[in-house]
Amino acid sequence: MARVGVFVCHCGSNIAATVDVRTVAEAASHFPGVVHAVEYKYMCSDPGQKLIAEAIRKHELTGVVVAACSPRMHEPTFRRLVGKAGLNPFLVEMANIREHCSWVHDDRGEATAKSIETLRMLVEKVRRNSPLEEIRVPVTKRALVIGGGIAGIQAGLDLVSAGIETILVERSPSIGGKMAMLDETFPTLDCSQCILTPKMVEFSQHPLATIYTYAEVDSVSGYVGNFKVKIRQKAKSVDHVKCTACGLCIEKCPSKVPSEFDRELVDRKAIYVPFPQAVPDKPVIDREHCIWFSKGKCGVCKEVCPAEAIDYDDSDRVDEHEVGAIVVATGYDLIERSLYGEYGYGKLPDVIDGLQFERMCSASGPTGGRIVRPSDGEVPKTVVFIQCVGSRDDSKGRPYCSRICCMYTAKHSMLYKHKVHDGKAYIFYIDVRAGGKGYEEFVKRAVDEDRVVYLRGRVSRVYERDGTLFVKGADTLSGHQIEIRADLVVLATGVTSADGAKELAQKLRVGFDKYGFFTEAHPKLRPVETNTPGVFLAGACQAPKDIPDTVSQAGAAASKVLGLLSADELVREPLVARVNEDLCISCFACESVCPYGAPERVKRKDAVTGVEIEKAYVNPGVCEGCGACLPVCRPKAMDLMGFSDDQMYSEINALSEPFRVKGEGE
Amino acid sequence: MKYAFYPGCSLDSSAREYRESTEIVAGDLGIEMEEIPEWICCGSTPAHMASKLLSVTLPAYNLVRARAMGVDGVVAPCASCYSRLKTANYRIAQSDDLKDKVERALGEPYEGDVPVYHVLEVLAMALDEGRLEGKLQTNLAGLKVAGYYGCLLVRPPEITGFDDAEDPQFLDRVTRAIGAEPVEWRHKVECCGAALAFTQTDVVLKLSGEILEDAQYSGAHVISVACPLCHSNLDLRQRDIEKYTGINLEIPVLYVTELLGLALGHSAGELGLKKHSINPIPALKRAGVKV
Amino acid sequence: MSDYDEAGSQKTGDPDFLDGIESMSGTSVRTCYQCGKCSAGCPVAYAMDLLPSQVMRLCQLGLKEEVLSSSTFWVCASCETCATRCPREIEIVSVMDALRQWATREGFVDRPREVPIFVSTFIKNLGWFGRLYEAALVGVYNLRSGHLAKDMDKAPEMLLKGKISIWPPKVRGRGEVRNIIKRVREIEKE
Repeated sequence: MARVGVFVCHCGSNIAATVDVRTVAEAASHFPGVVHAVEYKYMCSDPGQKLIAEAIRKHELTGVVVAACSPRMHEPTFRRLVGKAGLNPFLVEMANIREHCSWVHDDRGEATAKSIETLRMLVEKVRRNSPLEEIRVPVTKRALVIGGGIAGIQAGLDLVSAGIETILVERSPSIGGKMAMLDETFPTLDCSQCILTPKMVEFSQHPLATIYTYAEVDSVSGYVGNFKVKIRQKAKSVDHVKCTACGLCIEKCPSKVPSEFDRELVDRKAIYVPFPQAVPDKPVIDREHCIWFSKGKCGVCKEVCPAEAIDYDDSDRVDEHEVGAIVVATGYDLIERSLYGEYGYGKLPDVIDGLQFERMCSASGPTGGRIVRPSDGEVPKTVVFIQCVGSRDDSKGRPYCSRICCMYTAKHSMLYKHKVHDGKAYIFYIDVRAGGKGYEEFVKRAVDEDRVVYLRGRVSRVYERDGTLFVKGADTLSGHQIEIRADLVVLATGVTSADGAKELAQKLRVGFDKYGFFTEAHPKLRPVETNTPGVFLAGACQAPKDIPDTVSQAGAAASKVLGLLSADELVREPLVARVNEDLCISCFACESVCPYGAPERVKRKDAVTGVEIEKAYVNPGVCEGCGACLPVCRPKAMDLMGFSDDQMYSEINALSEPFRVKGEGE
Repeated sequence: MKYAFYPGCSLDSSAREYRESTEIVAGDLGIEMEEIPEWICCGSTPAHMASKLLSVTLPAYNLVRARAMGVDGVVAPCASCYSRLKTANYRIAQSDDLKDKVERALGEPYEGDVPVYHVLEVLAMALDEGRLEGKLQTNLAGLKVAGYYGCLLVRPPEITGFDDAEDPQFLDRVTRAIGAEPVEWRHKVECCGAALAFTQTDVVLKLSGEILEDAQYSGAHVISVACPLCHSNLDLRQRDIEKYTGINLEIPVLYVTELLGLALGHSAGELGLKKHSINPIPALKRAGVKV
Repeated sequence: MSDYDEAGSQKTGDPDFLDGIESMSGTSVRTCYQCGKCSAGCPVAYAMDLLPSQVMRLCQLGLKEEVLSSSTFWVCASCETCATRCPREIEIVSVMDALRQWATREGFVDRPREVPIFVSTFIKNLGWFGRLYEAALVGVYNLRSGHLAKDMDKAPEMLLKGKISIWPPKVRGRGEVRNIIKRVREIEKE
């Protein structure tokens, strides 16, 4: 026999001004199953809560309904209270008569009637509530960071210094990411490698850090606190223990490949270290371009290696690890070259992108720090920089702003002028976005000190004749077409997600947008979490951003991980799906619709035939209670705790039979 | 594939060579074409300048008649006609309101949704089908051709959509297929000045002058075109351009179908080459072509 | 939105003008963010008094008199370079067409006047003959524009080569064209 207590809140005048709460409480006292119904000014306040606690004891209540604000506001409050008063916390429900009623209606009569109906629905529901216990899952105190750029390294550092074992996986042969490619960084003009390499080294030497380079994440299964990750260590073909990094193999290798790190400005060898300060600084063999592996000839590196470190028999190895949380820090790439035929990008050798320009500026880069024209090696005397190439452009499918280009273009123009004092630098821009600390002053320096000329307008076309580049632009402020004959054109190309981001997102069951940027749980309030518990984001993989914001975000992601891993157990709400195995027909439709991978297949012996069959089982640690599996379960074996079919139908039925207060009109 | 042929107003007069060479080449390659009976002017640029509805209705009239012929598509040699016909279909498909108005202006229902091709597209398809094989007669090796596409053949790309709008290749493909050498140059898609020939001739002299100069600079013996107005601006007005720029140009301008016709062994007279203002024969001979 | 003209009296922007141009052209003008790519690539901008992007801006500000008095949309060659490269995918050529039509309707000075004379001569020619009768087109245009001897030097060559016909084209459908033009005018008046 149900003994339900109803508590109607005035919420000051928020509810009471529109809804006649006394009438509502009076009506509720006549509902079947209700033994106690009162109203009070503020249910969530101390005296209000005391009211409820006392009523539970005095009237031996088996269920409580609080008619008040949205459960999003105070459901945890009332659950806690009810639990302390000796009743299972999941035997309390809230009827929303504020956001769903008093805040959106004016007519007192109608609002009151609606509140009564709403309350009746929830009373019918709570009569069918069962006591539920919170689910506790153990937590593996280990973290995985995917991506070894500044975001991954910073997150990793924050984690290991807090005592968390951290595994970092990087798919290229060295950690460092794009930041390792940069020369000087804005707004300080700090040397990028100089500030990055200490962090790289610190992390790699930390006892709690494990770094995989030239490796990828093969698969991720499990759930928050309990992920199982398979990491594929690609065959390096070089034994890094034996190798002394002498570099002889690289010297002698005959196979040349355009260097990814140097953005194809020069070639690297098939056996290579991507850059001098690489971590690890030992080479790997790119089997696709290695003559031994593709044609069965050569073998020079093995011959000359004094440490016998070359191992052609090396093969991929898959390691399995258990981690409690994952930080995704896969970074970014630039847009494809074919998008801008009007600038000759990808066709004209002297039209380059921002990262290529960075490599030229870098003292350890392909030109030894000299800015030269790729076509003839001459020093350019007139350089045109074009902003927004593949950003803010609907016609190229890239409507968003890439955020970093205004700043790095100002920087590039300054670096150019610092190296070529008599050179002329022009920047075609639409707006200059310099919102960070010290950023506006930085841009001003380019104009005042380095005499860079800013022209406001997009460039329509760049073509080449006789070695000179003709840039056809405009300056909308003065109302003129502008033609510049340049020696070098640098395009600030749009930032997009890293190659393969979408596939990784699907492995992690994380959302992503049409550009491949991973989706955060809330754009303002939860920027480093995803909708997949236990998976966090850091850096440009979420959206284009500069180094200061990346480092901040990495720290934020690490702190979320630390919060998650600080407890030995994770407590999860028991409002999860459950399978009635007697009804389950093993169709596993639930498995195919579940966004979280909660349904599992378990072996059972059929009670009648004794044959071994598989039934569905919902892992309560993974299930998020979304309910997607319920409508697809044909035999209705699936039910949702706290939102069972029985409870839901009872609410609907309550609505369809309008309740009349006894004595009214009879 | 059978096509309805839409010649356009200039093909019977100022672009007579284009018609002659197109018909000869279509015959040789087995491209079946039948002229749309009683076709009317598409309106070209002046129609869309004067009225959107008129600019869509005039082509629609022709498309309705083409569809009634039961063909696989319409082929137009003039880039402007091609653009107007294709745009009409595009706009009518976008707006029921416009379709309604067009039908009222036509005085008949609009049943004109038939694919529209430019002669260049059809030639490229013929190349892909191997129709050129074994038919080449004249050796054009060493002839350097600057393929000039102009504006309306490739722009706007959402309407034309058959070649790259910044670096198109179709004319160059035909050039290579007939054994000649396409030239890399910068003015492939730069405007020649189009209809401003009548109203602001000095603009045409400047713009077309730049095109001719770049073709010459890039080492071309001839320019190939696929539009009568481009041809007229570059050929008929070349002497005026020479006076205006002070540069001695003497670059013949050939329709792509004339070039193709030469490769297929036809004589200059048959193809209408003698009707050009800048006589192509000397330049062709200089390039080693037997003509 | 207001500005001062030379005499010191205020100009006022007319928001209905922007709506009108957008509706006539069928494309969004207000989404233009003045990047200037159209102006940068326009091959005939050198002959215009206002750049194409400035014309777009004046439409956005509703400064009707100022924009309709400019020569820009008369000089426009309809080459579509601007629309092809516009990052906001605005059909700029349609905007120029709309401005031409509006200017004509309200009797704005045509600079250069040759363009509207040519357009109306062309359309009349179609109405009479169904297809373009080139000889008449050139003849009538020259008369109306006052450039009597224009291109007459080309006439002998073209006549000899059969590239221009003295006789008009024979089109049974030419009555149709006249009707179409008439019906279009009526529908547009609605």
